[in-house]
Amino acid sequence: MRNRMIVVEGSYAVAHAVKVCRPNVISAYPITPQTHIVENLSQFVADGEIDCESMNVESEFSAISALIGASAAGARTYSSTTSQGLALMHEALFNASGMRLPIIMTVVNRALSAPINIWNDQQDSIAQRDTGWIQLYAEDVQESADMIPQLYKIAEDSEVLLPAMACMDGFILSHVYEPVILLEQSLTDEFLPSYSPEFVLDPKNPMSFGAFADPSTYTEFRYKQEKAMGEALERIEEVANEFMEKYGRYYGGLIDGYALDDAEIVIMAMGSVIGTVKDTIDMLRSEGETVGLLKVRSFRPFPAEAIRKALRNAKVVITLDKNISIGKNEGALCTEVKACLYNAGVRTPVIGFMLGHGGRDIPVSTIMKIVNKAKLVEKGIFIESEFADLREDLV
Amino acid sequence: MSLLAPGHRGCAGCCDALAGKFVLDALGSDCIVVSPTGCLEVFTTPYPESAWDVPWVHSLFENAAAVASGVEAALKALGKKSNTKIVAIGGDGATLDIGLQAISGAFERGHDIIYVCIDNEAYMNTGVQRSGATPLYASTTTSPAGKVSFGNPLQKKNMPAIIAAHGSPYVATASVAYAPDMMKKVKKAAEIKGPTYVHVHAPCCTGWKFEGSKTIEVGKLAVETAMWPLYEMENGTITNVRKLRNRKPVEEYLKVQGRFKHLFTMPGGADEIKKIQATADWNAKHFGLE
Amino acid sequence: MKLIIKTVTKPGSTRVNKTGAWRSFMPVFDHKLCSKCGICAMYCPEGIVYKLENGYYEPDYEFCKGCGICANECPKKAILMVLEGK
Repeated sequence: MRNRMIVVEGSYAVAHAVKVCRPNVISAYPITPQTHIVENLSQFVADGEIDCESMNVESEFSAISALIGASAAGARTYSSTTSQGLALMHEALFNASGMRLPIIMTVVNRALSAPINIWNDQQDSIAQRDTGWIQLYAEDVQESADMIPQLYKIAEDSEVLLPAMACMDGFILSHVYEPVILLEQSLTDEFLPSYSPEFVLDPKNPMSFGAFADPSTYTEFRYKQEKAMGEALERIEEVANEFMEKYGRYYGGLIDGYALDDAEIVIMAMGSVIGTVKDTIDMLRSEGETVGLLKVRSFRPFPAEAIRKALRNAKVVITLDKNISIGKNEGALCTEVKACLYNAGVRTPVIGFMLGHGGRDIPVSTIMKIVNKAKLVEKGIFIESEFADLREDLV
Repeated sequence: MSLLAPGHRGCAGCCDALAGKFVLDALGSDCIVVSPTGCLEVFTTPYPESAWDVPWVHSLFENAAAVASGVEAALKALGKKSNTKIVAIGGDGATLDIGLQAISGAFERGHDIIYVCIDNEAYMNTGVQRSGATPLYASTTTSPAGKVSFGNPLQKKNMPAIIAAHGSPYVATASVAYAPDMMKKVKKAAEIKGPTYVHVHAPCCTGWKFEGSKTIEVGKLAVETAMWPLYEMENGTITNVRKLRNRKPVEEYLKVQGRFKHLFTMPGGADEIKKIQATADWNAKHFGLE
Repeated sequence: MKLIIKTVTKPGSTRVNKTGAWRSFMPVFDHKLCSKCGICAMYCPEGIVYKLENGYYEPDYEFCKGCGICANECPKKAILMVLEGK
């Protein structure tokens, strides 16, 4: 049965991956384009294929809150949401990470209102980057699914104990039918140990969770979270390799490269746009251009060291952001890449392009245009970050 | 020995500490407590200390019912539910206002949890601001009495009725001033399967402005004047009320509290007290207290 | 001292705070008047009025904040609040 590919919808592949991880409690609230994941999970429950408590709650806020309680009681937990739902969870996201609860949540990336828009960009999860959650971004459906057991293994590690978001682009990955290998139960049981935290809510050992910390201790809680992210940095690499050994699939650990070694122009990106970038690179390479890709798989923890190393031969760095920090005229990846190079004394130009907002299609031609623009920098022309796919006729 | 340890930072004469102690006395050690943000949470758990001798979790202000439902689901999934009681203990702000939606969801879903509201009729933890539980004409820091105001202009929200409307099998009102009655009701709430609710009236000396030694005395006056009727509802029907032999006029309750002082000093105050008396009269009639 | 930061805290650990230092007035229990009803213990917000072997009650002054509820509620008026240091 191993390696048998079947064509399923992205959401089904993810729901199936969740199933084989044997979660104890699932809690979610429906929101487009996340719905197919929770619908599939509900069907698994209805068919008795998954032995867990499934909670249909009245809001995303209660979805994450219920999992905070469940995780503190020792359960393996799962949720999925997107966009407005993730924004509604905001307060509880900090709480889950501060309480060091390894909740796993698929974020089906979608634009934020207003204007209301149900299509893909990554503003929703990027807006939660400071909440203390691990964030991995998937390139395709297979990776979106394979990320689930990987993240449980990383998040539940006693040295990590942080919640994690498995980010997949809405519709582009959640609703696409692709040939995938569904995760095998037996392999997953071997790969992923059961969750056994040191402390749980237990009348036999009555510990208190969620204490109030005054200025004399609060800083150290934050410091410990940051240290845990540092541990996660290592575990993400290790677990990606362990996954490769067990399942034979690899998507990079923290980052991944494509035609990178001799690339003078390096395009950095996260998520499903990577497929388009690879196609563009193939075309440009056939014309003799030394263009390569640096895929950022882990945005939190941010792999500064790995990125610096991967960019050491680059002459120009292009960042693609499906998000914007309004008022900075830059996407998050651009800002963070610049920041990680600066103190290392690296002055390679980093040019940020914002694109694909609210589901705007990103064709090869847009990437081509971006590469050509970036070449101006090699001629000494200064370029600030900009929207790559703006409709001039509307502005 | 109480399962709520001393050494906590509750005010001298604190009603929350009393209520917390009574809940734990009623439930015993085989329970898990969920606290929303509030006085009881803050004064019992300054890191690295905790006054709780039972497992306890605090997440946020508005989500205690959701957290409690998650704890219950986890215990069920892990096969650990057996006799362990899951109780959320929230203040009136966390219950009637900001946490109402999560409570509605949890009660609709039918989790086997007990929700205890400790109602001291304002946001005491942040400095006595009005909540949906603040009674008519109480002076709070956000509904102060002033030259043109008699204080809070709104009636108290009828939370037990809201819970009962969710189909809860057991809803009761109680008071810290009637400890055996309160503990009996918490115990009964725990024994009944499904989401049950006990709404506990809790006079706060700091917020209501009376001496800490009078917490019980003031609580008794609330009951004796029919400002706080004690009753039980099973499956939406009132099944038991605490009768009043000689119902006292509301003035006796109001005059011992600084938060109602203006009603006795401002011109027209006496007329306004009549409106409060009308509330008590309605309670007496509606619940058949006499 | 190195603080070991865990996300959980130990049960009943507030007992290190001897809140008796808060007290202005001290409850003095007169066993001659006491009927051993236990109302003082029931309504102590700190839960620190204990029954002695002889059936009478005494507070733990290490924790008693001197709120005076016990004195106020005692049906026999057997508890007197006395100014500290007198």
